[in-house]
Amino acid sequence: MSEASKTSHSSLFKKELGALGVDQEQVSTFAAFSATLRRDLLIALKRRNDLLNPLMFFLIVVSLFPLGVSSDPQELTRIAAGAVWVSALLASMLSLDNLFRADYEDGSLEQLLLSPQPLYFMVLAKNISHWLISGLPVVLLAPLLAYMLYLPADAYWTLVLTLLLGTPVLSLFGAIGVALTVGLGSRGLILAVIVLPLTVPVLIIGAKAVTDASLGLPLGMHFSLMGALLALSLSLAPLASAAALKISVN
Amino acid sequence: MPASAHTSSDSASPSQPTPLLRAQNLFCERDDRVLFSDLHFSLAAGDLMQVQGSNGSGKTTLLRILCGLNSSYEGALFWEGVPIEEDREGFLSSLLYLGHRVGVNKVLTARENLRWSCSLHAPVSDAEIEEALYSVGLAGYADISCRNMSAGQQQRVSLARLLLSPARLWVLDEPFTTLDVRGVKVLENLLADHVARGGAVLVTTHHTLEVPCALRRLNLDR
Repeated sequence: MSEASKTSHSSLFKKELGALGVDQEQVSTFAAFSATLRRDLLIALKRRNDLLNPLMFFLIVVSLFPLGVSSDPQELTRIAAGAVWVSALLASMLSLDNLFRADYEDGSLEQLLLSPQPLYFMVLAKNISHWLISGLPVVLLAPLLAYMLYLPADAYWTLVLTLLLGTPVLSLFGAIGVALTVGLGSRGLILAVIVLPLTVPVLIIGAKAVTDASLGLPLGMHFSLMGALLALSLSLAPLASAAALKISVN
Repeated sequence: MPASAHTSSDSASPSQPTPLLRAQNLFCERDDRVLFSDLHFSLAAGDLMQVQGSNGSGKTTLLRILCGLNSSYEGALFWEGVPIEEDREGFLSSLLYLGHRVGVNKVLTARENLRWSCSLHAPVSDAEIEEALYSVGLAGYADISCRNMSAGQQQRVSLARLLLSPARLWVLDEPFTTLDVRGVKVLENLLADHVARGGAVLVTTHHTLEVPCALRRLNLDR
């Protein structure tokens, strides 16, 4: 009897009511995590501008230094580390808004917040995809631009490695700022005011490490500090972003 | 979990099983204006409830409070007899919410949108997505970018989620606004079918619902 009534009603429905079992939960957390990651990457691939903007910006800002400061190789060598790091920081700021803005406007963010999956992993997935799209290309382009600024050969690996550790931190901390401001109509500079102070330690450590590498000084402390920052932001920033998103949709 | 649900319904009066959703003494104030106060209602399996009220009477706010998207309220909410904040995950896995903003990304295709939004609850197969799109009148639109769809078609994409979800409670905020006559019919039938299979629906609309099942009304105007 119940079988018959079930089939007659649910011919259209694809799932039984309450079909989600407890044993499926872990599998579905991973499925939701990877689906979110794939979705964000797919959106970025379909919107080429988002992919190219931070990279173009990075290229332009770095090439302004030889024009504005000096074209003297010795002078450029001195500022190369800082110039590349500052430009990378600004490029990451530029792309931050893509993180939650569109989702907030079309309602996808509400769907994300109403998922039974842990929000930490969902926000982490968005962070990872944002870094793959806007951070990783900057890291890969950096050695080329450093060459343009006459960075000493000893410092190339340090530059790439510190950027590799540091740019995810920029994305993760930046996400907190975006999550806080996503509901505001006109944001203006408020995002930069919130995010830049958080990212200053990354800039200081990164630029100092590259400078020290070009002088042949030991680097152990810089890398441990940068690694500590990454560990801290990986574990705490998605939680803070998730809490901020809940406030923003309220 | 079924065991606990059973015992709690035993402890209540036998003729009245534990309602799925119960709101007790809800109070909400916005900009020094009381939207509703002392609001009680409960929703049992098989209930279809229409939330009515004039513009600005707090319908959307009420639905968002129930889902947990809005926390500026006083009062208590229970899911299957348990306070929602104690088992938020359990509540969310039984909930499907469609808001004003349909949750459809315009860059992605209908299939990509549904694959993602369903995977947040329970992953679905491509065949299921195509069948669901067919049922809401979007056969052949699976791989069309949603930017090229009309507002009503985007609304239908989000309605396809109703077919793909195992959720027992549907909370729908103005789902009829952009639908054409046939779309309205499809959705009304879906609501009736969902209630008939033991689900519950809470819906706001200014449209006169014509459903082949019992319809309860909650009026927020005082």
